[in-house]
Amino acid sequence: MSDSLKYFRQNRLPHIWCPGCGHGTITGAIIRAIAKLKLDKNRIVVVSGIGCSSRAPGYLDFDTLHTTHGRALAFATGIKLSRPDLKVIVMTGDGDATAIGGNHFIHAARRNIDITTIVMNNAIYGMTSGQYSPMTPVGMLGTTAPYGTVERPFDLAKMAIASGASYVARATSYHVQLLEEVIEKALLNKGFSVVEAVSQCPTYFGRKNKIGSAVDMLNMFKEHAVNVKAAAVMAPEKLEGKFLIGELHNQSAPEFTEEYQKLIEGVRRKFDNFQGGVRECAQNSD
Amino acid sequence: MTNAKLMQGNEACTLGALAAGLEFFAGYPITPSTEIAELCSEELPKIGGKFIQMEDEIGSIAAIIGASLTGRKSMTATSGPGFSLMQENLGYASLTEVPIVIINVQRVGPSTGMPTSLAQGDVMQARWGTHGDHPVVVLAPGNVKECFELTVKAFNIAEDYRVPVVVLSDEVIGHMREKVVLPEAKDIKVSTRATPEAPGGYLPYKADPDGGVPLMAPFGAGYRYHVTGLFHDDTGFPSNKGEVADVLLRRLQRKVEKAEPVIRDYAVESVDDCDVLVVAFGSSAMSALSAVRQARAKGVKAGLFRPKTIWPFPEEPLHDIATRAKRVIVAEMNLGQLVLEIERVVGGKAPVEKLGKINGELFKPEEILAAIMGGQR
Repeated sequence: MSDSLKYFRQNRLPHIWCPGCGHGTITGAIIRAIAKLKLDKNRIVVVSGIGCSSRAPGYLDFDTLHTTHGRALAFATGIKLSRPDLKVIVMTGDGDATAIGGNHFIHAARRNIDITTIVMNNAIYGMTSGQYSPMTPVGMLGTTAPYGTVERPFDLAKMAIASGASYVARATSYHVQLLEEVIEKALLNKGFSVVEAVSQCPTYFGRKNKIGSAVDMLNMFKEHAVNVKAAAVMAPEKLEGKFLIGELHNQSAPEFTEEYQKLIEGVRRKFDNFQGGVRECAQNSD
Repeated sequence: MTNAKLMQGNEACTLGALAAGLEFFAGYPITPSTEIAELCSEELPKIGGKFIQMEDEIGSIAAIIGASLTGRKSMTATSGPGFSLMQENLGYASLTEVPIVIINVQRVGPSTGMPTSLAQGDVMQARWGTHGDHPVVVLAPGNVKECFELTVKAFNIAEDYRVPVVVLSDEVIGHMREKVVLPEAKDIKVSTRATPEAPGGYLPYKADPDGGVPLMAPFGAGYRYHVTGLFHDDTGFPSNKGEVADVLLRRLQRKVEKAEPVIRDYAVESVDDCDVLVVAFGSSAMSALSAVRQARAKGVKAGLFRPKTIWPFPEEPLHDIATRAKRVIVAEMNLGQLVLEIERVVGGKAPVEKLGKINGELFKPEEILAAIMGGQR
C-alpha cells in the first residue's frame, strides 16, 4: 500500500465519491498496476472528461488534465502525438466515453494510438443524478427512464475491438485482482488499450433499481460475470444473462505515433535541406 | 534577391504560423479553410512537427490544447460550422489559459449556408460564442501579407498572455492571391511562453490578480500539476468558493483589457480631416479603401478606419477619429455585427450608419461609395 500512496495527492483526499461507489476501488487498481510496473510519475499524464469517474485524476500525483465532457481522448491524442515518450492514461465513464465521446473513442481505437483507457462503467450518469446511459441494460430504471429504458446498450469491448483497439479487457470492482492484472497488461500494450471496469453506483443505479447496497451490487457482479476462459467451454444457454470478464482481445498492430514518427523521418530524409518558414510556391488547389 | 512570392491568404496564414514556431496542427476539412490543413500536413513533418486530421472540429481544438500543454505551439483552422463546434473547448482554453491559435476563414452562414462564398458573420461568435464571460483575442487580416503578419502576432499574443487567439479571415482574403514579400526570419519577432524555472513550489495559476499571467509549465517535465475547466485557485485544483471564481474571472478579463493598448492594431487612410468615416475590416476594407479614394477624387472628405484587432476593439483611436467626423459608415459582410461595437465606441458623437451585405459577393467599391456620397453624385 505504501508504494501506491506515493502516487496519490494525499492532500486532495478524501475524494468526492459517494459511500459504496466502485470508482475508488478501480482507481486503487490503476495505481497498484502503475506501482507494480514502477512507472515514473513524472512521465505519466492522466486525462479525463466530465462525470464522477473523471474526478479521479485530481487525486493522482501526475500531470493531470480534467477536460470537457466526452473529449478526454481527443485532448489525450494531442498530448500523446506531441510527446510520444509520455505514458498517457484516460480515465472516463460510460456516458463520457460512449455517448458524448463515442466518436473520439472509436477513432482513437482506429488509430491504435498508445493510450490506456479505463472506462468506469456504472451504467448511469451519476454526476447528474441517475439518468440512463448508452451502457444501461434494457429495462433498467433511471431518472430519464422512469418506465425502464428500451434502448439497447453498447457492448463496449466489441465496439473497441471492431474499431481497432489492440488490447481490450473487462473486469469489475468485485474482481479487483483481475482488474489490476488487465490494467497492468493494458499499460504495457503499445497501442490503444481499453479496460472496461464495471463499477457500482449504489446511490443512483442501485437505489433506483432496488438492487440494494453496494455489497449487493458487488454480489451481482460476482454472480453475473463469467471469465472468458471459463466461458469458452460453457454451453451458450449457460451464458444467458451473463457478461464476460478477462482479456477479450490482445493483438498487436501498428501504433499511430510510431508510424507518424517514421513518416517524419522519411519526409526529412527527402527534404533534408528544408529551412522552415519559407516555402516555394507550388501549385495550389482551391 | 527578394523573398517575393505569389500566394493566397490561407497559405500566408500557414507560413506565418510556421514562422511563429508552429509545431502542432490538428484540424478537420472544411471549405474555405482546408488549404491551411493541407499545407500543414505537408510542411510540419519536414520540421519534425506533427499534423493530425481529427474526427471533427471538437476533437481538433481538444488535440491542440493537449499539445499546447506539452509546450508546443499549436493551431487549428476552420470555418463557421466548425468554429461553432469548437466553442465549448475555446472556453476551456480561455479558463485554463492554454495558448492556442484558431484560424477562422469565414463563409456564409448560418448552418451550411454558402460554403464557398464570402461573409463576415462570425464577429460576434468569435467574441461571445462560448458560454460565460471569457477573454479572447480576435485579429482580422485585410490582405494576404497581413495573413502572414497577424498569424505571427496571434501566436505571440497567445503565448504572452495565455489566451486563445482567433484569426478572423474570410473566404476572399483566404483564397485571394497577392504578391507578398515575406520578412526575413531574423526580422520576425517571436514570443516564447514564460515557464517556471524548476518544479519546487510551483503554483500553476498564481498571478497578480490585476491581470497577471501565470507561468506555464509543460506537461511531462516533473511539475505534476492539475488543469481543470472548473473554476480553480492558484494551485489549479477546483474550488466552489464564490470569491475564488470572482478573482479568477476578473483576472482573466483584466489580462486582455490591460493588453489592449499593446496588442492594438489598426490602419487608417485619410482620417485627419474626414467628414465621412468608413469602418471596415477584412475583405470589406479593400472595397472600402477604393471607395474612400474615389470619394476623395470627387471632393468628399472620406476616410477609412480598418481595425486589425477586432476584439478587444481599438476603442480609443476610433473614438478620437469618429468624434471629429460628421458621419460614420460601418461596411461589413453581415447584417450588422461590428456596427454594434462601433456604436458603443462612438457613443453618439456622430451618427453611425450600417451598410450590410449578405449575398456572398464582396462589396463593390461603388456600393460603399454610394453610401459615402449619401445621395450626392
